[in-house]
Amino acid sequence: MAHVVVVTSGKGGVGKTTSTAALGAALAHDGDRVVVVDFDVGLRNLDLVLGAERRVVFDLISVINGVAKLSQALIRDKRLENLFLMPASQTRDKDALTEEGIAGVIAELRERFDWIICDSPAGIERGATLAMRHADSAIIVTNPEVSSVRDSDRIIGLLDSKTVKAERGERVDKHLLITRYHPLRAARGDMLSIDDVLEILLTPLLGIIPESEDVLRASNVGSPVTLNNPLSAPARAYFDAARRLRGEEIAMQVPNESKSLFGRLFGRKAA
Amino acid sequence: MSSLVCQRQSLRFRARSYMAFAITPRAPVVDWLADLDANLERSRGFFAGHPVVLDLSGVNLRGPAIAHLVGALEERNIRVLGIEGIDPAAAEAGLPPVLRGGRGTPGLEPVERGTAATARALPQRQQPASLLIEDPVRSGQSIVFAEGDVTVLGSVGSGAEIVAGGSIHVYGTLRGRAMAGVNGNARARIFCHCVEAELLAIDSYYKTADDIEDSLRHGPVQAWLEGGTLKISAMH
Repeated sequence: MAHVVVVTSGKGGVGKTTSTAALGAALAHDGDRVVVVDFDVGLRNLDLVLGAERRVVFDLISVINGVAKLSQALIRDKRLENLFLMPASQTRDKDALTEEGIAGVIAELRERFDWIICDSPAGIERGATLAMRHADSAIIVTNPEVSSVRDSDRIIGLLDSKTVKAERGERVDKHLLITRYHPLRAARGDMLSIDDVLEILLTPLLGIIPESEDVLRASNVGSPVTLNNPLSAPARAYFDAARRLRGEEIAMQVPNESKSLFGRLFGRKAA
Repeated sequence: MSSLVCQRQSLRFRARSYMAFAITPRAPVVDWLADLDANLERSRGFFAGHPVVLDLSGVNLRGPAIAHLVGALEERNIRVLGIEGIDPAAAEAGLPPVLRGGRGTPGLEPVERGTAATARALPQRQQPASLLIEDPVRSGQSIVFAEGDVTVLGSVGSGAEIVAGGSIHVYGTLRGRAMAGVNGNARARIFCHCVEAELLAIDSYYKTADDIEDSLRHGPVQAWLEGGTLKISAMH
């Protein structure tokens, strides 16, 4: 059965697009049919992170406007044959997204894919609310710092009120993904601890992604970190998160300094 | 030369509620006015001195027609305090304000002038009102319950607010704002299991996070009013 997941956060720059690409690739790598949908109309980035930016012809807005068919706008990944991208339009803005248009596209995608992962724009306006509108579940991406956590709290409130599921009296399943976690800084008390974040947000944890240069390096070469360097610490954390999303029970690893140091050495040797 | 010294004079607003008659015209309005006249003929001064709200949900009137109706009522000595049942955007300047959220009061009979002294005191039904919130209150959410107490079983997030006519009880951590006794109820209190609040207020007296002693933070407290000051103490 198709599953619509929104990757959202409220705050910008916390790692929504990176996480969408990494999780999408991890799910596709394990055999599921996956489409990642860029809802950031006007500021699209998912195409770059997936290295598909030179192959964009049509986009989400052209499908909504009836200019292109869904199959014309979908871009197949070059590395994984069951991973697809639905790019956003870069020349339009969020007003081009219509409620009925999105409903139609999502319904059509549900027939073709196991996972529809919607990469939400930052903010709480039209783009973000339409990205979450049809979600069955949500991944809330949070950095362990106060502003990101408060914005996530706000987004959780919206997930409980503005989605189709919420309006039907049901609940959107919520998962917390903590990114850019830095064990040393957390130990020094310079950032919130995992426990602090969980206590404030009261949402089940999907994974903890350590801060790592591997993530940056992967983005720069246009490849999800889970494909670019599958053995790196962040990639392994994303693979675990993807399996938890599928419902598998996997023990949570809190990255600690010695392990991440080991990961870094390991990553350097492999590179 | 005037010096720009910002005096911390707190401006206080208070809400107050009143009982008003709601009159509901029916279409056609001309016939309805004739009926009204017949009634007024029987008991003059029926509406005199009473605040009246015009409920227009039963008719479909536009701006000029509403103004005309209000004028026709004024001629009959009926002063319209506010209008209900229309889109606020449709209200023109010069019309009485658009009201919302009114509640019916069972048993309220219009009392004629002159007989007022003999009329029995209106028993205003005091229902014990409280609101229970079982879920955490998230940042940006606002729970407003002017009718009585609010109890929150979970936490109140930073940037969320609880506004209650009565007391506020939070069994989780209060990180947002809590404003109790907003209708001028100085006896309202705030209780919370763990205080990390941004603001506590009772009957418009308030303390911000800066004014809450560090020793009280992260612990259970209650807040109440005493001689015009908001007091906070630990609860053990």
